[in-house]
Amino acid sequence: MTRTLEATTPKTVNPSRTVATSTSARLRNWGPPLVVFAAIIVVWYAAALYLESLGRTTVLPTPHRIVIDSFLPTDGGRPITTDLLRALWLSTEVALIGLAISIVIGIGWAVLMSQARWIERSLFPYAVFLQCVPILALVPLIGTTLGYSFESRILVCVLISLFPMVSNTLFGLQAVERSQRELFKLQGASRFTVLTKLQFPNAMPAIFAGMRISAGLAVVGAIVGDFFFRRGQPGLGILINNYASRVQTPELFAAIITAAILGVAIFLIFGLIGRLAVGRWYEPAS
Amino acid sequence: MSTLTLTPTAVSTDVASDPLLDFRNVAMQFPNGTVALSGVDLTVKRGEFVTVVGPSGCGKSTLLRIASGLENASEGTATLATKRIGYVFQDATLLPWRTVQSNVELLAELNGQPKKARAAKARAAIDLVGLSGFEQNLPKELSGGMKMRTSLARSFTLDPELFLFDEPFGALDEITRERLGDELLRIFVEQQFAALFITHSVAEAVYLSTRVVVMSGRPGRIVDTFEVPFEHPRDPDLRFTPEFAKLCGQVSHALREGHS
Ligand SMILES: Nc1ncnc2c1ncn2[C@@H]1O[C@H](COP(=O)(O)OP(=O)(O)OP(=O)(O)O)[C@@H](O)[C@H]1O
Ligand SMILES: [Mg+2]
Repeated sequence: MTRTLEATTPKTVNPSRTVATSTSARLRNWGPPLVVFAAIIVVWYAAALYLESLGRTTVLPTPHRIVIDSFLPTDGGRPITTDLLRALWLSTEVALIGLAISIVIGIGWAVLMSQARWIERSLFPYAVFLQCVPILALVPLIGTTLGYSFESRILVCVLISLFPMVSNTLFGLQAVERSQRELFKLQGASRFTVLTKLQFPNAMPAIFAGMRISAGLAVVGAIVGDFFFRRGQPGLGILINNYASRVQTPELFAAIITAAILGVAIFLIFGLIGRLAVGRWYEPAS
Repeated sequence: MSTLTLTPTAVSTDVASDPLLDFRNVAMQFPNGTVALSGVDLTVKRGEFVTVVGPSGCGKSTLLRIASGLENASEGTATLATKRIGYVFQDATLLPWRTVQSNVELLAELNGQPKKARAAKARAAIDLVGLSGFEQNLPKELSGGMKMRTSLARSFTLDPELFLFDEPFGALDEITRERLGDELLRIFVEQQFAALFITHSVAEAVYLSTRVVVMSGRPGRIVDTFEVPFEHPRDPDLRFTPEFAKLCGQVSHALREGHS
């Protein structure tokens, strides 16, 4: 008498996972950017060789010169990889600490604002304000209160990377469907229950998207902070500044490339963390 | 194939139970001035399956929202004689990060039921709607019909005495819709709850219910009420009988009259 209408055997394959790992999908994802990369290298060589033929060798070194002169230790030249690695480590540390602070403050700020319209109206303008103040204008103030060392670099990271965390978290917390909210309301769920069981999980994809943007900005903050707050161990920004002022072009490029790799790596890592955390259930609207 | 039974049920003698839902002269005017309902009298008792049909925007959802307490009527009284209501929304309203099992457990969880009890309850409800084997699937891995079944299962976990359905099958294709209707009726016959069911489809209204209430365009008033004489359990082939067609015709007619 009881008729079950759809197949009652459990699914054994997860279709999204099998598609994601297929080679054709990987080729589609990685192919085009690699082609662009190859094109950039070709153009770079052409430009460098042309400038060399004009006798202007310091402007744009060829890619392999950068690798040989700066990344690889040679007999005559001084290896700078140790300097670079130490600076990379330091900048990573500054960026990650700044990011962690941004995440905590940003989520807390957004949760507070999500609790009442009037709180949101009182506090949101300050998030926008922070985003709008030019960091450069704050440098003397930060320097005189926090000193010209790590703490100030970290503060710059926080100031630069805070806004995406605040706005994304707030958006995610508020983007709960009305019927879902009413489902909880009909059971007499408390504000706290709604926050922890509905709003927060619902906000996770937006929070991770914000985290990825903030992570990239935190790296920018770490490098920019170096330019102003030069006491203590040098980060990548200080190295870049030093190499530039001494016209050590290959070393300068090496430092820039290291900084870029740091930015990209952090962006990718936080993208991966996001996918591990919410990719299981989250389907971006297509 | 069972044969059709078209014995009229003796509605008038069934006065033993008090209404679970009682609307007296209910009107609804929203703060912005929109009048959604006016002068609505309606009762739903245990064992009654009342459907409401009416043109879009006439106030059907508002009616359910008032019945559930999500909204307060601006005039008249709406009395709910039970706390155990099941509200089924037009969309499945599943939490996408929870599995079927965990979604079905949600209401019991919010009511503070212990883990073991609510897990068992959820499994029974999942079984009831024919979703066994899909407990660990996520909503994104389900079809529209399966999502709706999950939503139905969820509403069953608190053993509601009164169900409020807001066009639950509106987004589904006709075949799935009819199948789910049959499933719902099977459970109705088993459990004899009371139901207030909103739909756009006249055939669905007549097939499912013991009583069809026809509403006019906004502001929604009740323009006609039809007792449905077909006995439960109903045969799916009931839909193709002349009596069924005749009643559908009458309801459609009332709907058209009320609309103009
Ligand atoms: N919160 C509100 N504020 C103002 N007007 C509202 C509100 N909610 C609903 N309405 C209005 O009340 C009327 C009835 O709405 P309701 O959602 O009850 O219609 P419905 O009969 O369920 O329509 P449909 O069949 O399309 O779902 C509509 O005109 C709608 O615009
Ligand atoms: Mg509606």
